[in-house]
Amino acid sequence: MHSFGYRANAVVTFAVTILAVMCGMASLSDNFNSPSPTADVKVLNINWFQKQPNGNDEVSLTLNISADLSSLFTWNTKQVFVFLAAEYETPQNALNQVSLWDGIIQSKEHAKFWIHTTNKYRFTDQGNNLRGKDFNLTLHWHIMPKTGKMFADKIVMTGYSLPEEYR
Amino acid sequence: MVVIKKSRYGDQELGLPRFARVSFSSLRSAQMDWQGQKRAEIVMQFMLVVFAIAGLGIGYTIGSFPTMMLTYAGGVVITALITVPNWPFFNRHPSKWLDPSEAERHPKPHLNVAAASKKKAPKHK
Repeated sequence: MHSFGYRANAVVTFAVTILAVMCGMASLSDNFNSPSPTADVKVLNINWFQKQPNGNDEVSLTLNISADLSSLFTWNTKQVFVFLAAEYETPQNALNQVSLWDGIIQSKEHAKFWIHTTNKYRFTDQGNNLRGKDFNLTLHWHIMPKTGKMFADKIVMTGYSLPEEYR
Repeated sequence: MVVIKKSRYGDQELGLPRFARVSFSSLRSAQMDWQGQKRAEIVMQFMLVVFAIAGLGIGYTIGSFPTMMLTYAGGVVITALITVPNWPFFNRHPSKWLDPSEAERHPKPHLNVAAASKKKAPKHK
């Protein structure tokens, strides 16, 4: 600590090290949050349900997605990435997950939402197994922090099914 | 004992009052004395930890991450202003070096007597 430059370097280095410790503690504080999110999805309409020229089934849905994810937000949350996936089983695959819609919620105020939309991404099968298929709609979310660990969780909603015949 | 350093510009030209010319002269010197260095290090570590805890506490309680960052950044700046420049209170125990005229009165003993006799031996062979 015998010269100006030496002391300046010591201050900066120690300050940055302590900053790293502060960010670690901020991330740890997220574990004290016990979230209680709710979600509900209604399939309002099957717009069309066809077998494409490449042999794969495809269906278009109109959905009403409503959710309250405000309890997921903490002081250390940058944004919440949420997506809705259709999950079902086929003879070839034990689990198929097809993402139908996603969104980014950047503040607690926007976390309680209601959206009426067709599926943002195509609901296509690997094959032609969708006729009369029962499927789950699962709302997944990733809580992206300002610093530290990212938490991910989901809500599974069961009881949806596709028609027996193409439309 | 008061040290008045001579600078290229001269304190009189800066128009500083007499006490400033005398006490803040240490700022122009880069060296702190040993006790001052120890004090500076302890003050720096203490202040940074205190501001970090304060920032963390206030930020978590209010629920505002930017508040934590700004509190801590302000603390780092204040700590740097107090710790880094060579303030007079870091120079209260200056090292007492031996005066040059006193050192000349006690010259260092010569140690090359043995080396000189070794050199002479081969010549007289």
